[in-house]
Amino acid sequence: MSADHATEIPGRTAPLSKTGRLSIMLQKSESLRAYSLLSPTLIIMAIGILVPFGILIVMSFWTQVGFGFDMAPTVANYEMAGERPIYGALLKRSLWISSAATVATVLLCYPMAYFVAFHVHRNKMMWIVLMTLPFWTSYLLRVFAWKVVLGYDGVINSALMNTGLVEAPLEFLLYSQTAVIITLAHAWAAFAILPMYVSLEKIDRSLLEAATDLGDGPVMRFLRITLPLSLPGVISASLLIFIPTTGDYITPALLGGPDGSMIGNLIQKQFGAVNNWPMGAALAIILMLSIAVIALGFMFTTNYIRKRIS
Amino acid sequence: MTKNNAFISFQNVNKFFGKFQAINDVSLDIDHGEFFSLLGSSGCGKTTLLRMLAGFEGVSSGEIYIDGQPMSGVPPHHRPVNMVFQNYAIFPHLNVRDNIAYGLRKQKLSRTKRYEMVDEMLELIKLPEYGDRKATQLSGGQRQRIALARALILKPKVLLLDEPLGALDKQLREQMQLELRALQKTVGITFVFVTHDQEEALTLSDRIAVMSEGCDLQVDTPTRLYENPVSRKVASFIGTMNFFDGTVMSIKDGNAVLKVDGLGEVSAPAGTVPLLAGNTVSVAIRPEKFLLSNKKPAGAQCSVKGQLNNAAYLGERSHYYVSIEGVPQPVAVSAQNRDRAKEAEGQSRPVWLSWDSTAIVVLKDV
Amino acid sequence: MKSGTYIKRTNRPLQLYAVLFLIALYVPVLFLPLFSFNDSIYVKFPLKGFTLQWYIELIDREPVWASLMNSIKVGVTTSIIATGFGIFAAKAITRYRLPGRGPVVGFIMLPLVVPGIIFGVALLVLLSQLGVRLSLYTVTMGHIIVCLPFAIATLIPRFEGFDKSVEEASADLGENAWWTFWRVTFPMVFPGILASLLLTFTVSFDEFIMAFFLSGTDATLPMYIWSQLRFPQSFPSILAMASIILLVSFILVFLGQWINRGAQSGSLESE
Repeated sequence: MSADHATEIPGRTAPLSKTGRLSIMLQKSESLRAYSLLSPTLIIMAIGILVPFGILIVMSFWTQVGFGFDMAPTVANYEMAGERPIYGALLKRSLWISSAATVATVLLCYPMAYFVAFHVHRNKMMWIVLMTLPFWTSYLLRVFAWKVVLGYDGVINSALMNTGLVEAPLEFLLYSQTAVIITLAHAWAAFAILPMYVSLEKIDRSLLEAATDLGDGPVMRFLRITLPLSLPGVISASLLIFIPTTGDYITPALLGGPDGSMIGNLIQKQFGAVNNWPMGAALAIILMLSIAVIALGFMFTTNYIRKRIS
Repeated sequence: MTKNNAFISFQNVNKFFGKFQAINDVSLDIDHGEFFSLLGSSGCGKTTLLRMLAGFEGVSSGEIYIDGQPMSGVPPHHRPVNMVFQNYAIFPHLNVRDNIAYGLRKQKLSRTKRYEMVDEMLELIKLPEYGDRKATQLSGGQRQRIALARALILKPKVLLLDEPLGALDKQLREQMQLELRALQKTVGITFVFVTHDQEEALTLSDRIAVMSEGCDLQVDTPTRLYENPVSRKVASFIGTMNFFDGTVMSIKDGNAVLKVDGLGEVSAPAGTVPLLAGNTVSVAIRPEKFLLSNKKPAGAQCSVKGQLNNAAYLGERSHYYVSIEGVPQPVAVSAQNRDRAKEAEGQSRPVWLSWDSTAIVVLKDV
Repeated sequence: MKSGTYIKRTNRPLQLYAVLFLIALYVPVLFLPLFSFNDSIYVKFPLKGFTLQWYIELIDREPVWASLMNSIKVGVTTSIIATGFGIFAAKAITRYRLPGRGPVVGFIMLPLVVPGIIFGVALLVLLSQLGVRLSLYTVTMGHIIVCLPFAIATLIPRFEGFDKSVEEASADLGENAWWTFWRVTFPMVFPGILASLLLTFTVSFDEFIMAFFLSGTDATLPMYIWSQLRFPQSFPSILAMASIILLVSFILVFLGQWINRGAQSGSLESE
């Protein structure tokens, strides 16, 4: 095997092929290649996100006239939302319900995430799959399941009645804010567990060993090392639950009743029975802005607190 | 930018990553059939230079020629080079045979022919009968050889090796070094080898390019790099070196007379660096070039008295550290342990160092 | 002292909590199948006896089959398109230096976070202004937008989990980008692709909100269920349907996760 063979290989003799100019440009610029790969997705997302949102914003300044629209820009919708107390109240209630659900979920799920991160040594993946599996299945059906469970004649009530623990069915279980909060917390648990788990998993175990070596007991170790280091995960989890649940429609529709209805229901009505699309658009925009403001505020506060701690 | 006759030629090559300059005006030539090493510590740019040769990084300015052809704009899969990656990059979803035969697809050979070539290769790398093994069942050393075979089967003009022995333990590494050298001689291809291990480079290479911070400091044979470094940086990078400050007194007939701190008046070959009387220079002497004795040696060309502080016993040799008046650092002296029972040698006592004037290297940079 | 290092001592209360948590997570959902076999129209205790009638009844219901077919059509289309685009996107995100990568990825992941109703409403407005009639096609469009982030999120760990130098080796050995993709990248990310297909299909199959706003006369299965919710007599049949859907979803997602088990973000795994 000598070097002579080197010149005899087909396809390797001079001149070397240089592919076209576009290819050369692509070869030289990595970013260009990256974006061209990404372009179909970006195009779809642009069409699917930017354009509809743009139109939504535009439509919020229109007025509904029968089945058409008066496109003269006006802020009447926003004014009405600001004046009539029902809109503000409903928005506040939605934010309150989401917050309650978020807090409940995060508090309840943190120990679970902690357990899998620190106390499961084999088959971690299996635990994670088990915890998140319900989340991938139909949201509608899971909410419906809670309706069954919480109903007047539902599982909890009939069980309690049968065993004689109560005499009359518990009323507050269904068609109330409580029902909505419970259901939301249950339905979005997986969204909370994953970021907190990832955050906890990343903590370097030798930090904990160092803390123990320096005199901390388990509780102090948790408070001083584990909790602060897992804070990013907690923040992500909180945001990941708060933001989607604020605009939830299915849960309040199925088991909120009048007391537990949220702004999502009102928005849907604008596009349905009430037939005031511009109003619906305006409400949607208001909802998004509220979420954005609260989320940003939350992030700034936590950042501020974090800087103060460290 | 003109072509020259070297097989591989880097001409005024520069590489920027954003604002950071990774390669700084590097020009070097590699001859056909050479075992050429790029040597330097991490971050010096040696791997970047290799990747530019392979085509995975573009050149910011300058040109690279392989066998007379300019390589800019030529993507990696069209270049007549093949690379052995640092972590071997064996395809985990293919078995050994398919890994080695991977690049043969474009040649449209019959299956029997392909398998024949693979078997030849397996013989060459001393892993016959391994064809059906899954890639994931191999040890580090085996993967390394498969990566080699996979590249060599395509009969490239140049083989690039990116620190291929770094992940192996010492004994395996030494064995693989010998095998690689023998392989290169057998196959006759140009090898471009990247390493941070200077011993490895010295053992394997025909020539070495010492790199630091994106520049090539010196390109030379191992012997000349060791005995005639052109700068303090190169001198201290390869092996240990003692440095003394001095001034040039006079130059006559290719010999320079220098006044050196601690050593007194010393004569040395002037070397290839142009020296003038009055220049401040560094005088460099390797530890093994000193002779250590307890009494002033008679008839030695140059000698100086010092105090022995420390000795370190290394089995086949010992290192001695001698402080000399006028020299800030202790002078390192290395001597083979010819006689046995050397315990007493480490005791602090006055000693004499002597050397031959040809052992001195005069460096212009201080 | 129990086995394991000091830090990892077993914590009994926590273990108990974990078990209770899992029970609480699954039990509400498990009531659905439980009562679907119950011989009574009413969903309450005590249980009245085992029956398969609610399941059998489903077979005759023509709208059930029609909406099932619709859901499958939409689901398959969505999963193929979302996964296809997701592959290129995941490759672009993980393999290249992408200026502005953070914001771009955040942008693409928006549908995961923003309330579904906002997307549904926004798309509805867009389509109506464009004069596009609502149909299964519009539902598919909505689903693609919602499922793309899932596809990308499933594929990214798979791409990140394997060594870039293997692709460079392929290029070095003579294969251009297209062949490298087919011979090296694709086989190695294939489990991720399969998982993405299964996952996006399931998400689309179960998805309600977008379908609610964007469907025309043809209903998907969740839409059909929704429409039946107001009829108490249908309750047990709905439970039967729900149970089947839940079972199928569970299996598909579990399969997907299991196939993809080699790729994990944030933990080490040996191939």
